[in-house]
Amino acid sequence: MSDSNELLDLAVKIAGWANDGEQVEAYVARGNSTTVRVYNADIESFSSAQEEGVGIRVIVDGRQGFAYAGSLDLEVLQDTISEARDNAGFAEYDEFVALAEPDGVPFADIDLFCPSLLNVATEKKIDAAFELEKKLLASDSRITTVPMAIYGDEWSEVALATSTGITAWQQGNDCALSTYCLAVENGDTQTGFGFTVAREFDELDMDKAVADAAKRATQLLGATKPKSRRLPVILDPYVTSSFLGVMGFPLTGEAVLKGRSFFANRVGETVGSAAVTLVSDPTDTRSLSANKMDAEGLASRRVGLIENGVLSGFVHNSYTARRSGTQSTGSAVRSMKTTPTVGCRALTLQEGTQSQEELMKQVGEGVLVRSVSGLHSGVNPVSGDFSTGAEGLMFRDGQLAEPVREFTIASTLQRMLGDVVAVGNDVEQLPSGLSMSVAIGDISISGE
Amino acid sequence: MLESSVVQKVLGAALRSGGEWAEVFVEDRTASSGRLDDGRIEELSSLRDRGAGIRVVIGETTGFAHTADLSENGLRIAAEAASAVARSGGGGVKEVALTRQTQPSINHIVTMPETVAKADKVELLKRANVAARGEGNSISQVSANYADIRRRILVANSDGLLASDDQVRTRFSVTAVASGDTGMQTGYKSTGFSMGWELFDRVDVESMARGAAQTAITKLKARPAPSGAMPVVLAKGSGGVMFHEACGHGLEADAVQKNTTVFAGRVGELVASPLVTLVDDGTMGPEWGSFSIDDEGRPATYNVLIEDGVLTDYMWDFLRARKAGRPTSSGNGRRQSYEYLPMVRMTNTYVLAGQEDPDEIVRQTPNGVFVAHLGGGQVNTATGDFVFGMEEAYLIENGEITEPLREANLIGNGPEVLKNIDAVGNDFAMGSPGMCGKNGQSVPVGDGQPTLRVSSMTIGGTAS
Repeated sequence: MSDSNELLDLAVKIAGWANDGEQVEAYVARGNSTTVRVYNADIESFSSAQEEGVGIRVIVDGRQGFAYAGSLDLEVLQDTISEARDNAGFAEYDEFVALAEPDGVPFADIDLFCPSLLNVATEKKIDAAFELEKKLLASDSRITTVPMAIYGDEWSEVALATSTGITAWQQGNDCALSTYCLAVENGDTQTGFGFTVAREFDELDMDKAVADAAKRATQLLGATKPKSRRLPVILDPYVTSSFLGVMGFPLTGEAVLKGRSFFANRVGETVGSAAVTLVSDPTDTRSLSANKMDAEGLASRRVGLIENGVLSGFVHNSYTARRSGTQSTGSAVRSMKTTPTVGCRALTLQEGTQSQEELMKQVGEGVLVRSVSGLHSGVNPVSGDFSTGAEGLMFRDGQLAEPVREFTIASTLQRMLGDVVAVGNDVEQLPSGLSMSVAIGDISISGE
Repeated sequence: MLESSVVQKVLGAALRSGGEWAEVFVEDRTASSGRLDDGRIEELSSLRDRGAGIRVVIGETTGFAHTADLSENGLRIAAEAASAVARSGGGGVKEVALTRQTQPSINHIVTMPETVAKADKVELLKRANVAARGEGNSISQVSANYADIRRRILVANSDGLLASDDQVRTRFSVTAVASGDTGMQTGYKSTGFSMGWELFDRVDVESMARGAAQTAITKLKARPAPSGAMPVVLAKGSGGVMFHEACGHGLEADAVQKNTTVFAGRVGELVASPLVTLVDDGTMGPEWGSFSIDDEGRPATYNVLIEDGVLTDYMWDFLRARKAGRPTSSGNGRRQSYEYLPMVRMTNTYVLAGQEDPDEIVRQTPNGVFVAHLGGGQVNTATGDFVFGMEEAYLIENGEITEPLREANLIGNGPEVLKNIDAVGNDFAMGSPGMCGKNGQSVPVGDGQPTLRVSSMTIGGTAS
């Protein structure tokens, strides 16, 4: 959309406002999006949105201040840097607080921008949402309601410049179809969701979104509450990705430095079963969270975290790296409205060799967990205790059996890593990154 | 914020291409926050954001566009984008006459946070840190967060409504980590009100910090929570979130109209124990979920949802009320910011006090779980299945509160749990400030309840 580097020029200009003895970082972003929601063969809403904003960090003598403004007007930018500068005066000194500096690691050749998406006619987007609803309703007679069928796309560009010499810019876009449905049979109602995300419109896999939503809802019909007991479970790829989302926290340099990581001081030790190899790899272009740069403008890189069960390291941004006496792993993350922190980007398990069916055969009896709920309230990433709501299907002798709902699965993150029996080869491209089925040997099921 | 003549012209532009109804929502938001972690003030942060969202309705379809450009031209472009969906309709110039509504402000801000010296905000964080660490050597880490937000909004629509509000909220939270032989545990306390700096006349951040530290230390000795179904007693103010999840979301009219809630079509029926009266109340003084007008310009109201166990009404926004042929919404149309379409949202949702002595409720529970604080939750309104986390809980043995339990989720089914409430105390408290997420938007909500007992719920622990 913007092939000039107007936005980067602006970021560089702001970074140039640094006074003597001051470091300034400008993170400037803008984007637009379209969302079409269809319900009952009618357009429920059509939204078109533009947004832009700038986050400015000022560091003076080991003190950091930040301010954000949702405008790129010059006058507003000047107010914003003054506000950040003023805020810096109230932070307390930390010798390690400083902006990132160029580290010579080249940017991987990752192009997240797809020009053809910009040329998709609005009518075509609307038709896709209509078709999604129609196909889902027609896919199974038990599907009675499709409360929403949504098409959405977005384009964004980000420019980052610092007074320490970093300049980075990138743009990207993607599109998605998402939906959910109700299935009803014999007075029982169940729900299922499905989605597809792609960088190009023609790569959207509508049939998969429809099949996933229909399968999730109809397979759960007649589900009952299971008995409380301990059992093996197999996590569906989507559920695995939810757990990866919480597993990242103790693997950050920040959690380690601040005494919130149960992995602290354990590098080189066995922290999981030999089946567990965990990497943060935003350079893997198969991942929808691939990205050439991190939130401080450093190049993305592959970071090995756990290798065959042995803890190999942590992810760092420039602050946690400096304080730990190491190099940034290009793992700064942020939103436009906040300062960078550190996180596992594109965190994934190394795939195994078995399909989900083969995993069920290997395990024999257990629960195939199709979805989890309450992860934000049910996982304490500091203690590692977790307990989440779950739905899914029992399996016996490697074969799917009756559906189950309204139960929880509980363990600790530490124990679960040790209880991984095998990782599947059914790699899916999910919004958070690559994911696959995982078999866990022993989990507490709470139901009746 | 904007001249009403400009607003009138923008509404006119929005209707020109055939829209039946149009609305302009303007928001000017300023916020400041401070964070202490690892013994040090890490950062102060400021935010400034303003813009307008324009909505055009034709038939069942809504067009929406938003812009950060509040010039007449910028707004006109957004209005035309929003009305693009209405292009198929008839044209013609439509005049809109605006009448300013005056709604008494529920928000009597004594001291605007923006007038308070940053050094004073920093001081609060430092005091909390010292107080939490003073609780014992096992406290290994403390973080504290302060935040204030001021949100000035103006709403005008083609029915002639013109209303505005100035909403100020202030919050403070402390998290402590305790370390021991059993690993690490966390304790968390938070407070938040629709108030300014005077919040801290009411709240002692040091005692909050000590409370967070004590919770973390207590949990070091906690045993794994039970696994299976048993009675659950919720302490007053500990678990209004249960009602938020068990039925609140299911009583939102958008879910009702799409028939995606187990409570659809059940007005007049007994849906809960007769001990339960549930209210959603946006007028509740300076509570976290209160406001003078909602984000569609309607005054906040006191709405009884369930009375003595009988479902009396749902919560409504403009579009859902219009579709149902109701004269007005129930003041529940809310949005995260000008960048979002409004939808039906809760405000302060709470259960009214009952008759029983709260201590007696515990004494008459031979074995069960006593919840001192619940965390967040999640619900599937279509099936009624919901979960929420126990952040602080204890075993009840022989009618007495005994050992602390490690964290676990509780799981239940809304309609079943509501019927299984078999004791409601004569006490009452509001809970911690919450942020409720729905369809990608987050808004501040409050909840509250008296001490009460659910005769059976599934506790998702690991102990057999």
